[in-house]
Amino acid sequence: MTDLSAAPGFTARPKSSILTASAEMKRRNAAEARFKAYGMIAVAIALATLAIMLFTILRDGVSAFHQARLTFPMELSAEVLDPKGNRNREEMSKVTTVGYQKVLSKALLAELDRQGIAQEGVSDKEIGELISKDAAGELRARVLADPALLGTTITANVLATGRIDGFLKGRVTLETAERDSNISPDQLRLAEKLRDAGLLRSSWNWDFFTNADASDQRPEAAGLGVALLGSAYMMLLVLVMCVPVGVAASIYLEEFAPKNRWTDAIEVNISNLAAVPSIVFGILGLAIFINFAGLPQSSSLVGALVISLMTLPTIIIATRASIRAVPPSIRDAALGVGASKMQTVFHHVLPLAMPGILTGTILGLASALGETAPLLLIGMVAFVDNYPSAPPEGFLDPATALPVQVYSWASRADPAFIERSNGAIIVLLVFLVIMNVGAILLRRRFERRW
Amino acid sequence: MNDMTRTGLETETATAKISARGVQVHYGQNHALKNVSVEILDRAVTAFIGPSGCGKSTFLRCLNRMNDTVASARVSGQILLEGEDIYDPRVDPVQLRARVGMVFQKPNPFPKSIYDNVAYGPKIHGLTRNKAELDAIVEASLRKAALWGEVKDRLDAPGTGLSGGQQQRLCIARAIATGPEVLLMDEPCSALDPIATAQVEELIDELRASFSVVIVTHSMQQAARVSQKTAFFHLGHLVEYGDTGDIFTNPKDPRTEAYITGRIG
Repeated sequence: MTDLSAAPGFTARPKSSILTASAEMKRRNAAEARFKAYGMIAVAIALATLAIMLFTILRDGVSAFHQARLTFPMELSAEVLDPKGNRNREEMSKVTTVGYQKVLSKALLAELDRQGIAQEGVSDKEIGELISKDAAGELRARVLADPALLGTTITANVLATGRIDGFLKGRVTLETAERDSNISPDQLRLAEKLRDAGLLRSSWNWDFFTNADASDQRPEAAGLGVALLGSAYMMLLVLVMCVPVGVAASIYLEEFAPKNRWTDAIEVNISNLAAVPSIVFGILGLAIFINFAGLPQSSSLVGALVISLMTLPTIIIATRASIRAVPPSIRDAALGVGASKMQTVFHHVLPLAMPGILTGTILGLASALGETAPLLLIGMVAFVDNYPSAPPEGFLDPATALPVQVYSWASRADPAFIERSNGAIIVLLVFLVIMNVGAILLRRRFERRW
Repeated sequence: MNDMTRTGLETETATAKISARGVQVHYGQNHALKNVSVEILDRAVTAFIGPSGCGKSTFLRCLNRMNDTVASARVSGQILLEGEDIYDPRVDPVQLRARVGMVFQKPNPFPKSIYDNVAYGPKIHGLTRNKAELDAIVEASLRKAALWGEVKDRLDAPGTGLSGGQQQRLCIARAIATGPEVLLMDEPCSALDPIATAQVEELIDELRASFSVVIVTHSMQQAARVSQKTAFFHLGHLVEYGDTGDIFTNPKDPRTEAYITGRIG
């Protein structure tokens, strides 16, 4: 021991009590405390940002799920709507929406009259304007579908115009109406009376999920129907195209492919593909699928092809990681009892890798669901107010997708569209949360220990 | 050291099951096994001993071509299973492994039921025509592996839920269920406690009646206890091969002597 303490460079540690922290120890503890504080601040900032984002989206978007509607009894006058009186649809269809509009405003005026609500300087025409421009078309379609309605008195339950809806939701006020050419304060005051009389009500807005997009004149009628259908078609196609290809490619690369320069190059390029900006895939899709292959633009098939190209690397990377995580002892065991390579993979490796593959696939699909940029380039941001037909032909019909619908509504002028844009974000987020929860549940469900 | 006299004597009926001639193995640039020639007897236990990295596991893995799964491994020389070269290009290693079974160092049951673990081999090789035959094979294999009594009431329980020693015996049952002629064991007891080790060793001694058993072990006591023939590997060379009793009491090579007396290794 004596030589050791006498050795050069060794200084004897001064005697000190372990009950008091040394200066060195204090410095180290302070560094640790600082590091913890930084971490907590970072997490707090992230959580606060998320909370603010969710709060603003919910604040601006939840109202999209309610919609103002006018309810009043209406006589469908046969003389006006079927002037020839023969209930012939051809003849009846000569009455345009303008004709139905008049019937609607007349019925509303009559109801005001009946309930003794004074017009107070609001002209008949202005009262008619309280009804959405969408209502006449809807009514016309209904009557043409069922001419027996003519001559009866039905209860009209029609959309109020977007400004009135905004008024009920507090977006439109008497002050803003002063500066608004579409609505006057007098109309709003009348709307207030209608609401008090029970004619005007805000109710749950199923149409938001089923309606197609609508023109700038009638934001109250715009819905997510086409976008939901388009997104569903795309997810279906992406699933069908990506999962078999991605899993097969992963199995081949991980279990069968020789390790040489070629497979190394493929590996690097798959990782690189995952990092390519999505807009590049959009240009690629435009050039190859639309311009070269001649597939119809705006169709969910082209959208799905482009998104598949983007999702494939994600799925391959996730699948390869989960295949690699299967312990080699399982492969040895299977090979040791004389299983072939293929049997080893399909009987043992794949089942064990399945939770990882499923999770990776679902998360890949979730990010595909939110993908916007490439879809803009292949024309899915178009105004589509016809539903795509049923698959498989429907895959070639024009459609939009949830995120592009958010984008296109957010760029419209009317604040009612901004509200709907936020509402669509909520719908999108709900789907993403469902998919992520699904991924977690599947993982729990299938996870096995070895 | 008394045990060793018990073994090493009963090889008089021996015929060679596997003959290796001039086997060389390279892992890339690394020359792992140098010119190994050995005759492995039928119905006997042959132990491979030697310090870590001496090539004994490498040689064992050559015997059922598990080295094929290592991309960089290159095997030359001749290994004959009953006179047929197992490295002949016409040989399908999958078929070979059904005849030369293997038990690994770490117990590695499939994450399936005990029954499915044992039944897997017979199933993929199509050894049975119906469920009753399969049941019979599973039972016979588990009995041979001295595990039947412990698991017969819970064949549907996961194999991974057994204790380490039971898992290893399950792996042995799985290996013998395909009806192999040779059973290769790569340090089968290194992950087990002494009691489980004793059980497995007893089992190995019983298996000798039906199979040719080759066991790689780090424990010289184990080699002395269970084997009739012992091969000592050092730095890729087969230094000495002979009756277990001779190797341990009367080694011819000074390196063998140094190893068994604990001076190298």
